[in-house]
Amino acid sequence: MMAAIILVCSVVFLLQFFVSYSRSLIAASIKHPLSAEVQDVTGIKDSASGEDFDRVVQLLHLCPDRPEDRNGIQAIGAYFGLLGFLRASVARLVPSLLAWTETERGQCTYFAAVTLERRIAFSRDMFAQQLES
Amino acid sequence: MPGLLVNLLWLVGILAEAAVVVCALKKGAFRRYLLLNLYMAGLLFVELGRYRIVSQYGLRSTQFIYFYYYSDAILTIFLYFALCTLYSHVFSEMNAERYVKLGAILLLAGTALFTYAVVMQSTAKLLTHFVIELSQNLYFVGLVLTYVLWGAILKLRETRARLIQLVLSLGVYFSLLAANYAIRNLYPPLSTVFIPLVQIFGVFLPLAWAYAFWRLPEEARLVPARLAVIPR
Repeated sequence: MMAAIILVCSVVFLLQFFVSYSRSLIAASIKHPLSAEVQDVTGIKDSASGEDFDRVVQLLHLCPDRPEDRNGIQAIGAYFGLLGFLRASVARLVPSLLAWTETERGQCTYFAAVTLERRIAFSRDMFAQQLES
Repeated sequence: MPGLLVNLLWLVGILAEAAVVVCALKKGAFRRYLLLNLYMAGLLFVELGRYRIVSQYGLRSTQFIYFYYYSDAILTIFLYFALCTLYSHVFSEMNAERYVKLGAILLLAGTALFTYAVVMQSTAKLLTHFVIELSQNLYFVGLVLTYVLWGAILKLRETRARLIQLVLSLGVYFSLLAANYAIRNLYPPLSTVFIPLVQIFGVFLPLAWAYAFWRLPEEARLVPARLAVIPR
């Protein structure tokens, strides 16, 4: 009985913490303006769409991995999956939830684009260092 | 889990733990979040010790199991006090540090007494049972305390982005471990699946903290009400 209560509480708290943590990651990157180059590559101009997320993540995988970004992109990937699940299930019955999941999915894409920009800058720095040496 | 995956997770964990300490030192946050960083440094040494014992005696050896659970209990108590220092950060303007310390010690003593009352019914290996149970109970107490702290952050409109991310990632970590232990107690045959997951969950916290120290400057600000699942 006690273990069941702990399990239910843990799952409820986990969902709340996870959603808030993912949104804190997004909020920290949302003010970062995208360079014209990344806008061209990703096709994101003013606002991003959730439909582009997979494509931006594919572009991310083409750049050298940065350990400090790995956790963020994995957490946002899981959050995007959770939003996709909500969109396909509960949000069909609640239109306001559908609009909210769309906005959140777009922000996930924007986060991935900001990470892509950081990885490109990192790769450039590495390349410049190699040329100098 | 296959040996290669275990070793890979171990390596990622050790590197991430070292990264937390290095990032905090480089960004001048080591002293500000002293107990959090000391916990990470302690975890790093314990992981290295575990790796050494596994390579010497094997993953299923008694030596490793004893070392694992005893070191886990010590680290959990350490993390519990590290969480209390986050309370001190949030309540710093209220000068409530004394009350936080007193409350933390009383709650720890209460949890230890409760655990003792539960395990004293089993006669064999009392101390070992106590150590394992104490860890499990502290994970849940830590989870509840983190949730209360998150409530306080929302109520007091705390805006420090780094502090918020440290608290939220700790909340995710505690909930994952508390849920894991609860499932194992409810369905013991599933332990073979859920015990290896602890190692995967263990990688999350150092990676999240390294990200918070490296990516977010101390002066970065967030509006916490916008992060809540239920808008306030």
